[in-house]
Amino acid sequence: MGMTITEKILAAHAGLDKVEPGEIVQVRVDGLLANDVTAPGAIEQFRLVGSQKVFDPDRIFLVPDHFAPNRDIPSAEQCKLLREFAYEQGITNYFEVGRMGIEHALLPEEGLVLPGDLIIGADSHTCTYGALGAFSTGVGSTDLGVAMALGETWLKVPSSIKFVVNGTLNPWVFGKDIILYIIGMIGVDGALYKAMEFAGEAIRNLSMDSRFSITNMAIEAGGKSGIIEPDEKTAAYVEARAKRPYKFYQSDPDANYEKVHSLQAEKIDLQVALPHLPSNVRSVYQINDVELDQVVIGSCTNGRLEDLRVAAAILNGKKVHPKVRLLVFPATQKIYLQALKEGLIQTLVESGAAVSTPTCGPCLGGHSGVLAKGERALATTNRNFIGRMGHSESEVYLSGPAVAAASAVAGRIVPPEEVVPPERWRDFKNKLEE
Amino acid sequence: MVLKGKVHKFGDDINTDYIISGRYKFKTLDLKELAKHVMEDIYPNFYQRIRPGDFIVAGKNFGCGSSREQAPLAIKYAGIAAVLAKSFARIFYRNSINVGLPLVEVDADRFKDGDEIEVDLEKGVVRNLTRNFELEFPPYPQIMRKILQDGGLIEHFKKYGTFKLD
Repeated sequence: MGMTITEKILAAHAGLDKVEPGEIVQVRVDGLLANDVTAPGAIEQFRLVGSQKVFDPDRIFLVPDHFAPNRDIPSAEQCKLLREFAYEQGITNYFEVGRMGIEHALLPEEGLVLPGDLIIGADSHTCTYGALGAFSTGVGSTDLGVAMALGETWLKVPSSIKFVVNGTLNPWVFGKDIILYIIGMIGVDGALYKAMEFAGEAIRNLSMDSRFSITNMAIEAGGKSGIIEPDEKTAAYVEARAKRPYKFYQSDPDANYEKVHSLQAEKIDLQVALPHLPSNVRSVYQINDVELDQVVIGSCTNGRLEDLRVAAAILNGKKVHPKVRLLVFPATQKIYLQALKEGLIQTLVESGAAVSTPTCGPCLGGHSGVLAKGERALATTNRNFIGRMGHSESEVYLSGPAVAAASAVAGRIVPPEEVVPPERWRDFKNKLEE
Repeated sequence: MVLKGKVHKFGDDINTDYIISGRYKFKTLDLKELAKHVMEDIYPNFYQRIRPGDFIVAGKNFGCGSSREQAPLAIKYAGIAAVLAKSFARIFYRNSINVGLPLVEVDADRFKDGDEIEVDLEKGVVRNLTRNFELEFPPYPQIMRKILQDGGLIEHFKKYGTFKLD
């Protein structure tokens, strides 16, 4: 019996030839991530085990992105703790505000996480890096604190579920729609403790940005990890960024999957998740008269360049509805700068959007766009739980950037064709292929 | 160790935002203060209703969402002795064991709000004293049992300097 890509990466990091689902293994980690919310706890635990020095100051990534730029005095204290620890330990990959980005967009962009890696992070969306063909998963502060000292952790080898998406995607449909569709299909615990592997023609045809959106939300189906086999697009992405060797793993043809789901891309419409679960999805065409107070485009799910390009393509020459606040958060400084060069930021600002420095901000109800009682937002983020973006009586709907941008113009949730003519998609697609 | 207390019943998919809202993340450094907000978005004043040693009994996928360790810590510091549920989200499960909050997988439908129950972690038995029945629950994997016995991951690591897998 062959192995899946996930089993191969875990075996390699455990120093074993073969592993099987259910087996508990001790593994070497290639990188460890913590942010301003989780690092203070991890640092405390690291001190409690009596360690003086982290196992490798080049392999610990500290990113103050959740409540930074500091929203208030307590968050300033947390960021300070992180900063002081980084300097004390000589941590090379600490990212200060101004160079900081949202962690799960930043680390791949910086070439810090690579194909074949095993990464753990004290943030549930650490599963994002699977888009590179790496195994990555979220842990808590205590697990991270111990791993900072040891450079190793223990893991139970997950069984895998495969999602094969064939065919051609519809206009304005991207990675976010695929993953929302899948979560709608299997539920918020449909992949509990499992590795979700995404394959097929439609996945191979996706950009890296869209692939990150997919693996990012594996956790919203309860997944331990999400992964996509690396290919020539992965190679092109990492070639320019990697500063150390990496390895492409592929699943064996006779690898064992707990289940294989076959999906047809043409059947995946633009998706919207209704409150209060990411699995509560509908096609945008099934939604009528949902008026909006706020639209958020950003986050570790959809704050990348492709997302900003889509939003700008739809908002070009349009105005944000007078009653709507459109907030845009480019996920990293490099994305921000590239969006500036391409004129995307100008388009967004001219349409009436507020464009912010990178931060998680409103996604977790932190700051920079929190909702009042009774308010409703459409967001390209990943969670729509009660109170997620603010007041416990506010509502969050989730979508990709195309529906978000169109809805910001209409003032209610609409598909892009209600706001822009079909030529807009043709022009956009042609530009993408250039 | 046999734990005894009253049941507080919750539904399916109770996520970490409900357990402790992301709005309070910055209060990580004061856990007793944080505990006062446990479950407040879906169950106002829940904290006031807890007697130390009580249990949360919930449906499937308890603890889904974020990796924040403040979630099991807020439950623990609010005085809850253990959480019983049909199933748990994996990061929450791991975090709870690491911080010394016992979790038990059982058929939660057989418990009602206010039931008096006993949980015997060693024997793997839950007794419902109000409704007069017993349920067995599966043992933890070896590594998790060791971590719980040692009083959490930090104590475990201090004892062995590594993970004791077998």
